[in-house]
Amino acid sequence: MKYALLIYAAERDWAGKSKEEQGRIYNDYMAYTVELKKSGKMLSCEPLDPTSTATTIRVRNGKTVSTDGPFADTKEQLGGIYVVDVKDLNEAVAWASKIPDARTGSIEIRPLMNIPEM
Amino acid sequence: MNQTADAVDRIFSEESRPVLATLIRLLGDFDLAEDALQDAFTAALETWPKNGLPTSPGAWLTTTARRKAIDRLRHLRIVEATRSELALSLRLDREACDSHYELEVSPVSDDQLRLIFTCCHPALSREAQVALTLRTLGGLSTAEIARAFLVSDATIAQRIARAKQKIARACIPYEIPDRESLAPRLDAVLSVLYLVFNEGYLATSYEHLVRRDLVADALRLARGLAALLPNEPEPVGLLALMLLHDSRREARVSDEGDLVLLEKQDRNKWNRPQIGEGVRLIERALRMRRPGPYQIQGAIAAVHAEASTAADTDWRQIAILYDQLLGYERTPVIELNRAVAVSFAVSPVEGLSLLEDIERSGALEQYAPLHLARADMLCRLGRNDEAFECYERALPFVPNEQVRRFIEQRLHREKTAEANVGHQTGTKSPSGANPV
Repeated sequence: MKYALLIYAAERDWAGKSKEEQGRIYNDYMAYTVELKKSGKMLSCEPLDPTSTATTIRVRNGKTVSTDGPFADTKEQLGGIYVVDVKDLNEAVAWASKIPDARTGSIEIRPLMNIPEM
Repeated sequence: MNQTADAVDRIFSEESRPVLATLIRLLGDFDLAEDALQDAFTAALETWPKNGLPTSPGAWLTTTARRKAIDRLRHLRIVEATRSELALSLRLDREACDSHYELEVSPVSDDQLRLIFTCCHPALSREAQVALTLRTLGGLSTAEIARAFLVSDATIAQRIARAKQKIARACIPYEIPDRESLAPRLDAVLSVLYLVFNEGYLATSYEHLVRRDLVADALRLARGLAALLPNEPEPVGLLALMLLHDSRREARVSDEGDLVLLEKQDRNKWNRPQIGEGVRLIERALRMRRPGPYQIQGAIAAVHAEASTAADTDWRQIAILYDQLLGYERTPVIELNRAVAVSFAVSPVEGLSLLEDIERSGALEQYAPLHLARADMLCRLGRNDEAFECYERALPFVPNEQVRRFIEQRLHREKTAEANVGHQTGTKSPSGANPV
């Protein structure tokens, strides 16, 4: 069973942290990713650049309209994605709760839709 | 012939829940399991009157339902084949060939226990947990659940359908959690069962004070849970708590249908054998030396149950137990209960000062029991005019018609008492005052 673990955290909090603290969190992520990889359950790991680099586009009446910034202005922003292949939701929850940002932000667990033709 | 029909009815009502739980585990699909069980019942109605009852009806129903499920899946496969259904169908074929496979069907089976952890999975909302538990493990129909929680049938049906869909699509497993995660998962199960019990027992929004079917379901499931997890003290504590509360059922409501306060209840109407069982259970749980909030609440109920008169209540012990309970969850309601215990163990003045702390927080402003407790303490101090105000303050926040009637009677009595005696303004209290 495949799940996406979507990491939501406040970018503003990150910017307010000291260099040492940022370094510590970075190391926590490295350690977590190594552990997940070693277990053989990780399909991919996609850290995202901050929303200040985001472009949102919509196609309306055949015209592509771009705007600067993320799709939704929320308190916590999508900061990265792990895709895992595990037994069931309980195992997905166990891995998600070890993600460093789970302690301050939120991790949304979404099952991947199984469409054989895709 | 008629006899067989009666027997069939009885077997259906006894076996449907455990068989359904087994089918859900085998099939991994709520709806398929329900349909297959329905098919098996239909088959039973045709064959049992002709061939006589099978030796193990539960096993017969499960085997037949499983076969019917395979038929349904084969049919589905023709219409629209998906990989998971094929895999499931193969697994079923294999299990059907396994001759060792025999079924043990007990009042609450392992499969039902597994299922209760699924129904109460923290990934489901509390409302969904309750509705799904009552529908699949309790004996209630969608319409009955809707009536019990005062929402429309459609709302409950949708809640259950969404929950089933989430279980299937997010792959919530059918298993008893391992040791490591048992405690938090068990908490969710216990609070669902206690919520169901209280909804039945207190029946906040109902004319009748006791909704027997909810209480019976909660008791049955708690009993099963305690039996299947014999080394876990909290399920035993919850079962004891429910039994002890329920033992006062006959005394809680007067012949006129009014609520009777604990201290005014006719203790001869208490169910003594049930109290005996509750007390034995709570002692067994406490001997495991892993205390928890349900055991403590059970112990409090036991102290009340063991007092032969209200005046004999060991309020000091109860106040200590509430102190311990606050160590697990610091909620204003528990603080309120502790204040009441202290008002009897020490003095109403002491109780009132604890109530003031709670009132200052503002958390229970719309909670009738707070105003009622204050009114009672003021009465005991002879401060009737202030008590009168508290009773009036409680009235808008009373959800139950019978409780409302109770307060109105109290108000009426205060008024008459005032007219007869005039204002009593004594502020001194006898310390260690007991309730009468």
